[in-house]
Amino acid sequence: MLQTRRTVTFGLAAALGAALLKPLSALAAWNQGAFQAKSALDGMKALGITNPQDSGDIVIRAPDIAENGAVVPMDITSNIPGTTSISVFIEKNPFPYTGTFEFAAGAVPFVHLRAKIGESTPVRVVVAAGGKFYTAAKEVKVTIGGCGG
Amino acid sequence: MADPMKIRATVQGDVADVRVLMAHPMETGQRKQAGKAVPLHFIQSITAQLNGKTVFSADISQAISRNPVFAFKVKGAKAGDKITVTWKDNKGETRTDETTVRAGS
Repeated sequence: MLQTRRTVTFGLAAALGAALLKPLSALAAWNQGAFQAKSALDGMKALGITNPQDSGDIVIRAPDIAENGAVVPMDITSNIPGTTSISVFIEKNPFPYTGTFEFAAGAVPFVHLRAKIGESTPVRVVVAAGGKFYTAAKEVKVTIGGCGG
Repeated sequence: MADPMKIRATVQGDVADVRVLMAHPMETGQRKQAGKAVPLHFIQSITAQLNGKTVFSADISQAISRNPVFAFKVKGAKAGDKITVTWKDNKGETRTDETTVRAGS
């Protein structure tokens, strides 16, 4: 990471242009194929994710039971050294691929997000680190129209 | 023009905790209003910079909740540093806001 910090330097004007570019990334453009995939597996294929290994070093903090499927908060942390990105797949959503978060120049591999979840589903996280992929999942139950609690 | 983002960045030790709230409907294209589907309208990409250098970026889908909230952490940030966040949606609309990193308690 330190190396990146030294080697990647932007001028002020260049920085404005760079705002729309993704550095160090396989995702040069918004990956329409992956986002339109109807299964998590197809989404991963479209992103070039192959052979993700189960890992205990990915921490997914999400509610076991979400009362409101429209706003399900989750905290995802990767403790795998050299993590460059975290991708999220909500397996039973109509379009499971929810997004990829990339870290550069000193960003800690952690992200908090709030997602819509249609029905009870595993939330699968894929971490890219050093050219390899690691994965973990957490089951989130969604109660629809319930009284909560 | 979309409403401004709310960005808060506080530094604890040498790690800045950045939270961003964006004002956006994030329509999924699945919701119906008066029998007609509301068209897709959602943020596709987000970039955050610390003093002009990209530290965090994201490509996201319509599955992110309405008025998206994101938090991330940046090592090596100091009070007074500038955090700039830009988003762009599927209709080409874009918005950039900036804040200054504050010292945490």
